[in-house]
Amino acid sequence: MAKITLDKLSHSYDPNPSGPDDYALKEIDLDWVDGGAYALLGPSGCGKSTLLNIISGLLTPSDGRVLFDGKDVTDLPPDQRNIAQVFQFPVIYDTMSVYDNLAFPLRNRGVDAARVDKRVMEIATMLELEDQLKTRASNLTPDNKQKISMGRGLVRDDVNVVMFDEPLTVIDPAQKWKLRSKLKELHQKIAVTMIYVTHDQTEALTFADQVVVMQDGIIVQIGTPVELFERPRHTFVGHFIGSPGMNVLPCEVSGGLATFGGHPVELEGRISKVGQKTEIGIRPEYVRLTDSGIPAVVRKAADIGRHTVVEVIAGKSSINAIIDGPPPEAGTQVHLSFDPSQTRVYSDGWIATEVAS
Amino acid sequence: MKTENPKAWFFVLPVLVLVAFNALIPLMTVVNYSVQETFGNNLFFWQGLDWFENILRSDRFHGALGRQILFTATILAIEIPLGVIIALAMPRSGPWVSVCLVLMALPLLIPWNVVGAMWNIFTLPDIGLLGYTLNTVLGIDYDMTQNPTAAWATIILMDVWHWTSLVVLLAYAGLISIPEPYYQAARIDGASNWSVFRYIQLPKMKRVLTIAVLLRFMDSFNIYTEVFVLTGGGPGNSTTLLSIDLVKVALGQFDLGNAAAMSLIYFAFTLLVSWLFYTIMMKDEE
Repeated sequence: MAKITLDKLSHSYDPNPSGPDDYALKEIDLDWVDGGAYALLGPSGCGKSTLLNIISGLLTPSDGRVLFDGKDVTDLPPDQRNIAQVFQFPVIYDTMSVYDNLAFPLRNRGVDAARVDKRVMEIATMLELEDQLKTRASNLTPDNKQKISMGRGLVRDDVNVVMFDEPLTVIDPAQKWKLRSKLKELHQKIAVTMIYVTHDQTEALTFADQVVVMQDGIIVQIGTPVELFERPRHTFVGHFIGSPGMNVLPCEVSGGLATFGGHPVELEGRISKVGQKTEIGIRPEYVRLTDSGIPAVVRKAADIGRHTVVEVIAGKSSINAIIDGPPPEAGTQVHLSFDPSQTRVYSDGWIATEVAS
Repeated sequence: MKTENPKAWFFVLPVLVLVAFNALIPLMTVVNYSVQETFGNNLFFWQGLDWFENILRSDRFHGALGRQILFTATILAIEIPLGVIIALAMPRSGPWVSVCLVLMALPLLIPWNVVGAMWNIFTLPDIGLLGYTLNTVLGIDYDMTQNPTAAWATIILMDVWHWTSLVVLLAYAGLISIPEPYYQAARIDGASNWSVFRYIQLPKMKRVLTIAVLLRFMDSFNIYTEVFVLTGGGPGNSTTLLSIDLVKVALGQFDLGNAAAMSLIYFAFTLLVSWLFYTIMMKDEE
């Protein structure tokens, strides 16, 4: 158990990187608190697996350090870091029984047989594999194979962190739910730091206490699921999280006021900086169709269960609004109003409004 | 409901004809010979199973079969582990992969009789590179045309040189199909190199190695050309393997009935061992 610190970490797969574009990770500073449940969220190729492999020691970073409880482990191999990692595809030792699979990491470390037996039984019970301990691992279903992979990570009680690299990719949807809640339950039981890498926002938001959002090798925002949803620090976060994502609309800023298509837009607070590109960010949940406000034309409406997503065109921009009740027909003239407390200006992608105190 | 379309047979016909002409009809001819005594002028006399009985009781056949089994067992015991070791040592990525693969494929590309001829010259005591080096430079008395042990060492060395590559290529194909996370997980689990080999690499190579053993068993059990060109079965009959003996009987003595019965026993033995081995290896696969 340890606090994990990433200190000015960067990594390039190119041995002679010539510019920032050659870096898969660009200067990352981050603390993972002991016992936390983290999700590392981002699209494919954003560097999240690279970051994970650096923490586990499978990769050595080009620059920067990895600290476990203040101790530099950057050059230590994975087996000396006391970490566990679960991969995208279940890794099992085919010829071994389920029991031997779970016991393998302990036996390799010379743990005595009685203790191995105790731990294996505990973990097998937690994962509901106790009936299958004698089965050959190769005969299991994919979700049970992945449970074994997880079990091998969890069986050692001295691990600093257990990392999951998109572990539910090959699991069918019904099992996904079960495994995810199992994982959450396990975390509450054994309170070891867990880092869960995924590109699926639902997985990230349901599993984690803290979500780390990455894009193009940088960390865009760290926060609780609610924080990420309520106040995205970057248009990318707003767009990536939420379904549909945040509306990002081009706007003009002059004299501390934002206008969209010539209409003044009321914001959550003062604009603190103005860059080259300014945009308004507003989630569809806070866009309302009213009698007065920004004029728009309804393009289409989609029923998503309890709500309706209405897509409207205002000027050249397409805006999503989530409304209750019957949707207007396509082609209807409507007016939009934005909830001021949820309307923000983003300057060059980054949030540029301050909450009025 | 399964509907049967008789036209389907039409599509299978070419294969049936092909198989009939290259396997079934020749085999049946052999069966026909094996139960008769042949003389000149196409005279045939019914012999029943006498030939089979004679062969199974003959010391000559026992000797050839024994030598054949010894040869095949020896080359399998060398080529399979050696092939696996070389495959493990080969790089998995980078520019050296193609270099290694080409080097490995080279011996396989050489025609069999050329292999025999090459080794024949290579081992000549007066001018062959190996023969000269052993006799003159190292002072070891080596002449495979005189000494049965030297002849055996040479045919085994030749076969290892010629065919280990096949095992290497198959084992290598098995190895590179193992996804990287297996190795990563093993490192994280603290597995030793031996454990990685024993629990990851070997199980993942099992299928290709089964194929490798089968191919090498069948090929080496039926080996003729290379050994015939190299030693001609000598000195004496010390390297007279089954196929060499068979050709001596069939073409040297023109003893067709005897040779035919011997072929069938030989064939049945190869088939039986291959089938047994495959069945045992695949027993615990689903």
